[in-house]
Amino acid sequence: MTTQLLKVTNLVKNFELRVNNGARRKKRIVQAVTNVSFGLEKGQTLGLVGESGSGKTTVGRCVLRLIEPTSGTVEFEGQELGSLKFEELRALRRKMQIVFQDPFASLDPKMTVGASISEPLVVQGVPGDHTDKVIELLELVGLAPDHAQRFPHEFSGGQRQRIGVARALALNPALVVLDEPVSALDVSIQAGVVNLFEDLQHRLGMSYIFIAHDLSVVRHIADRVAVMYLGKIVEIGDQKAVYEKPSHPYTKALLSAVPVPDPKSERARQRIMLEGDVPSPVNPPSGCRFRTRCWKAQDVCTQEEPILMQRASGQMSACHFPES
Amino acid sequence: MMGEKVMQIRDLHVTFDTPSGPLEAVRGVDLEVEAGELLGVVGESGSGKSVTFLATMGLLPTRAHVTGSVVLEGEQLIGASAKKMRDVRGRLLSMIFQDPLSALNPVHRIGDQISEMLHSHQSLTRRESEKRAIELLDIVGIPQPADRARQYPHEFSGGMRQRVVIAIAIANNPKVLIADEPTTALDVTVQAQILEVIERVQERFGTAVVLITHDLGVIARVADRVNVMYAGRNVEHGTIHSLFDHPSHPYTRGLLASLPRAGKQRLKPITGFPPNMLQPPSGCAFHPRCEFAADVCRGAMPELRQIDDLQSACVRAKELPRAESFV
Repeated sequence: MTTQLLKVTNLVKNFELRVNNGARRKKRIVQAVTNVSFGLEKGQTLGLVGESGSGKTTVGRCVLRLIEPTSGTVEFEGQELGSLKFEELRALRRKMQIVFQDPFASLDPKMTVGASISEPLVVQGVPGDHTDKVIELLELVGLAPDHAQRFPHEFSGGQRQRIGVARALALNPALVVLDEPVSALDVSIQAGVVNLFEDLQHRLGMSYIFIAHDLSVVRHIADRVAVMYLGKIVEIGDQKAVYEKPSHPYTKALLSAVPVPDPKSERARQRIMLEGDVPSPVNPPSGCRFRTRCWKAQDVCTQEEPILMQRASGQMSACHFPES
Repeated sequence: MMGEKVMQIRDLHVTFDTPSGPLEAVRGVDLEVEAGELLGVVGESGSGKSVTFLATMGLLPTRAHVTGSVVLEGEQLIGASAKKMRDVRGRLLSMIFQDPLSALNPVHRIGDQISEMLHSHQSLTRRESEKRAIELLDIVGIPQPADRARQYPHEFSGGMRQRVVIAIAIANNPKVLIADEPTTALDVTVQAQILEVIERVQERFGTAVVLITHDLGVIARVADRVNVMYAGRNVEHGTIHSLFDHPSHPYTRGLLASLPRAGKQRLKPITGFPPNMLQPPSGCAFHPRCEFAADVCRGAMPELRQIDDLQSACVRAKELPRAESFV
């Protein structure tokens, strides 16, 4: 039996951009996230993939209310976060944590590792001495108890990322947003951290939103995958369906662009080469936002915005001419 | 033309003076670049892959001590004068980097920056170099090259900037183009475009390309031969197919085994951490992380030897169980 932990409905986030254009000041709106909806069940992992500027990080931060969404709702364990008072939100934050990409920037260089890990406990007013808890957390993420007295500069990138994970787990969260958590790590180290995420989820049963541009890592770890393009979800569904039978042309192109570490199949592959770059989110294309780079685009794609629709292989995609 | 050696690196050592003592980043690298080939150089951060090629370009800071030999077209580059290196760079040897924006001058038009490169090695009239600059932009796939040549770097996207940098690098038709993580900062759909441009340049001009990357997928896509580096040494070398089909060195095997693949249940990381290069392990630098390590591995630093169709620096390569195939 599964129960829903998180429900995001019609999430919108606009950033205001002030452009100084000589004497005139113009205000422009960047639509970072437009009408994003998804759900996340307990103990499950949702992979959020897309290229730079697709809005995946913004979605992660809006979910945690680290930034205030422009509109839309985020329900966590049935409570709408926007309706909560500051104190109530802070209490709920115990259950929602984040691990950042850069393990060098996300730890305070002047704090011992132990102090960094116990900080969430102090902030949340958990009484008592946290030494035992810190040791337990360090061991949980594969570090040694005596590491608590050391400083971040004494650790490698992979170890620092483990420290970041230990800190995120200090309050036994139900949801952890992992924002590009292995992108800064060397390949041989990445695998160990990915395994750690899987083990922790198995033991502690929390849910993950795993944000990454690396599609092979997401394929490995996610139960469900949402593909974002220019602030919108273009395809969402079970990992197997999205990867094996992509429905949206963008998903198909993205998957075909990922190099596979196998020279024979890599050279035999039919590749879809997308033209150009992702357009600016300040002035996104009308209708389907992908149409400017899509080989299937017709007039209708310019005029009518496609909506997410259920497809035969189980996933939903937003396209007038889906692949399947 | 294949098989002819355009660049030969012999016993290259690079040592940096650091506050904590001398750090030997490159510890005796032997490597050959064949005419017109695409040579992949793989390794993790700190493996010395970038430093090796910065040394060939003469681009290391003065606190770096470089010894050994780099011969390009019969000319010795190590110890060459600054004037000689200025002549070699751009004409025989070019290098592009991860971040194209810092490689371009923000206050000059793109076309002028290409012309500058042309003028530094060829005597051309202004009109000739302008025409050639536009041709080069067209070759690297920039639409409306005549208009774009009059624009500034900030008017280009990341992928387009990398194309411009490639156009500058190949302006004088160098023998060897070194590409140091050229697609790492780019999105995957743009990465595919840039790899195609690099392959196009290689085919059209017969330029040998050295592609430095940590991404084994990129290597699998474009490389003819591969060098695997670890702790400042070349630990394995071979053609792309033999290396992926039956890697001999435990480090190469470990790298390939650690990658996520479709249908794989559990990832297999390499245990331990990359070595501290201020105090690299004795003997084979990989031995503290190697599941096959024996006493012999802690002794002398192993040299590359021929193992079937690969060159491997693992002294136990012949005794090891055959690796699972990664293709």
